[in-house]
Amino acid sequence: MTTAHPAAETAGTATASSGATERPRLAGLAVGDEIGTRTIEFDRPRLVRYAGASGDFNRIHWDQAFAEGVGLPGVIAHGMLTMGSVINLVTDWAGDPAAVVDYGTRFSRPVPVPADGTATVEVTGKIGEIDAEAGTVRVDLTATFGTTKVLTRAQAVVRL
Amino acid sequence: MVNTDFEGREYPVNAPYSVGAEKIREFADAVGATHPAHHDPVAARGLGYPGLIAPPTFAVIVAQRAEQQYVADPEARIDFSRVVHGDERFVYHRPIVAGDELVTVLHVDRILSRGPMSTVTTRCEIYAAGEGISDAAAPGIGEHVATVTSTLAVRGED
Repeated sequence: MTTAHPAAETAGTATASSGATERPRLAGLAVGDEIGTRTIEFDRPRLVRYAGASGDFNRIHWDQAFAEGVGLPGVIAHGMLTMGSVINLVTDWAGDPAAVVDYGTRFSRPVPVPADGTATVEVTGKIGEIDAEAGTVRVDLTATFGTTKVLTRAQAVVRL
Repeated sequence: MVNTDFEGREYPVNAPYSVGAEKIREFADAVGATHPAHHDPVAARGLGYPGLIAPPTFAVIVAQRAEQQYVADPEARIDFSRVVHGDERFVYHRPIVAGDELVTVLHVDRILSRGPMSTVTTRCEIYAAGEGISDAAAPGIGEHVATVTSTLAVRGED
């Protein structure tokens, strides 16, 4: 199974030390701070696994001939698989998955996944806005496949 | 072409979705979510939650199930082989945790046609099932849990 890097390796820039669990503190953050990066790899078994877990069995995500027949270059990853994988950078940084109270994106380009081998998506996140009154920060995410941005305006609001 | 008569439609509350611990683990594994609160109830309780916490996009399972009422209706004229996902947004009023019973009210907010392309925007208002439900076909509505907004782009015939 393909997994992202452990958060501890990549999410250290804006983490405050506070006892047993390390969670970022609002006061220690500034707009523009990077929360980390990670690399996600998708292969065909991963797409089948996501289809089963999510209940999204659209054939364009696992059937090459079908995908080509409807005008796609080949099998593509579920947009929701990309979206669901990208947010792990934020939940691991925040230290509490439920701290993500708002998460949205546009799907600008599909991620084609070859029959053999993997498609690699690079993820970065930085602080886009801080709302001290609400106790939230907005994390702006980028996800690129090669030179192509596959998500547009991927933003997560995190309660800290 | 997509049937624009469906714009503005609101569906009745659907049958409850039971959020299981193993489904949360399975979904978390599928998206590579390794945070312990998705896998270990002790870790989830340590963060103050009564059970395993669902990953932030887990609500898509609940929402897409509700959206079937619309997209699978032949009268809606949505050819799913020609659908691509345009956008998605989750707003959580409280986290989804293992043991939740969730009901959804589906809204078809907008249907736009631009040339051969149509876009349909749906909104799923997800609630905890109300107390004292005896009839699963007509459950009550409890606490508001999440709002899921989704836009699908439907490509026209070549």
